[in-house]
Amino acid sequence: MIYGVALLAVSMLIGILVGEVLGIVIGVSANVGGVGIAMVFLIGGRVLLERAGLMDEKMRFGVLFWAGIYIPIVVAMAATQNVVAAVTGGPLVIVTALVSILVSFATVAVLGRMAPEPQGILRDDDGAEILDDRSRKEGAR
Amino acid sequence: MNDLMDSVFVDHGLITAFALVGLLMIVSNLAADKLFAGRIHGSAIAIVVGLILAYAGGVASGGEDGIADIALFSGMGLLGGSMLRDFAIVATAFEVNVAEVRRSGLIGVIALGLGVVLPFVAGAACAVAFGYTDAVSITTIGAGALTYIVGPVTGTALGADSTVIALSVATGVMKSVSVMVITPLVAGPIGLRTPASAMAFGGLMGTTSGVAAGLAATDPKLVPYGAMTATFHTGLGCLLGPSVLFLAVRAIFG
Repeated sequence: MIYGVALLAVSMLIGILVGEVLGIVIGVSANVGGVGIAMVFLIGGRVLLERAGLMDEKMRFGVLFWAGIYIPIVVAMAATQNVVAAVTGGPLVIVTALVSILVSFATVAVLGRMAPEPQGILRDDDGAEILDDRSRKEGAR
Repeated sequence: MNDLMDSVFVDHGLITAFALVGLLMIVSNLAADKLFAGRIHGSAIAIVVGLILAYAGGVASGGEDGIADIALFSGMGLLGGSMLRDFAIVATAFEVNVAEVRRSGLIGVIALGLGVVLPFVAGAACAVAFGYTDAVSITTIGAGALTYIVGPVTGTALGADSTVIALSVATGVMKSVSVMVITPLVAGPIGLRTPASAMAFGGLMGTTSGVAAGLAATDPKLVPYGAMTATFHTGLGCLLGPSVLFLAVRAIFG
């Protein structure tokens, strides 16, 4: 199990390192894409270990436990936000935040529709499941 | 009595936080089932309750870290801090569909570009509407509409007034909090239910905490796709804010 946790930890550290270096290279004081890069390393590590036949259930569990604990962590994160500053910031703060969010949500609607249809279980507008060939095969597993 | 409380709860802050969040999740899941007949996710309720606790903690302590500023709940700061949060977010990518990410990569990149420019323009327009006329202040407030990190980074780079920087931070926090609450409510109408739309969402919203919580409350399966693009947003914003975006604002407002 510790191998799974360690795989996750090493992936994350590499990702953060690359993100920090990227930040320095382009001259910004922020981590550029550390988490996203860590994800790529984690997925790459999984694929390599699976190919080598080294990935077992215990190791998977070491990673998936942390994925499963994600929502409680997010709840704790919400409970430690500076909500007082947000709601006492005055009208400029509230209006600016809401306007920028509305613009972004509207754009999600547009971009999301441009996207290729996913190969998995889909729901049409009536809420019924649409299955394509691949997901049917996967569903049969 | 106080010593006893300290040595049990305060000295084991992280463990206390696990127990507390577990309790909060039980209550929220029950409320989701009984009060809302499953129409609202238990995690959405838990996140909103978390935000209310953060407000109460902030008012009670005068600090900036919500409930974690109260000694008894200090472990919440560790559990909800960026280290464990990012660790868990990376873990969610373990079962990501790689083909899906590749196919939707272009959408993610477009969303990132728009996710920096559109909120900035909206934020800058609001700053102008509220009477700001100098390019530095307008840019700083516009950058705050990206995330609460881009705002102060941009403002500091441009030498903005500290009041304006504080406003840009507050705007970013407000955005993050609002994204947590509003996302599950509008997910249906805006079609936020596929990995591709989650990637677009992450790039457009940018705020990692807002995206993380918003998607968790909508459909936890979408979390890694949104987080993957959102994580590039702050860096891109810090790059463009004090440079291209500032020059554009200065060209208009001198």
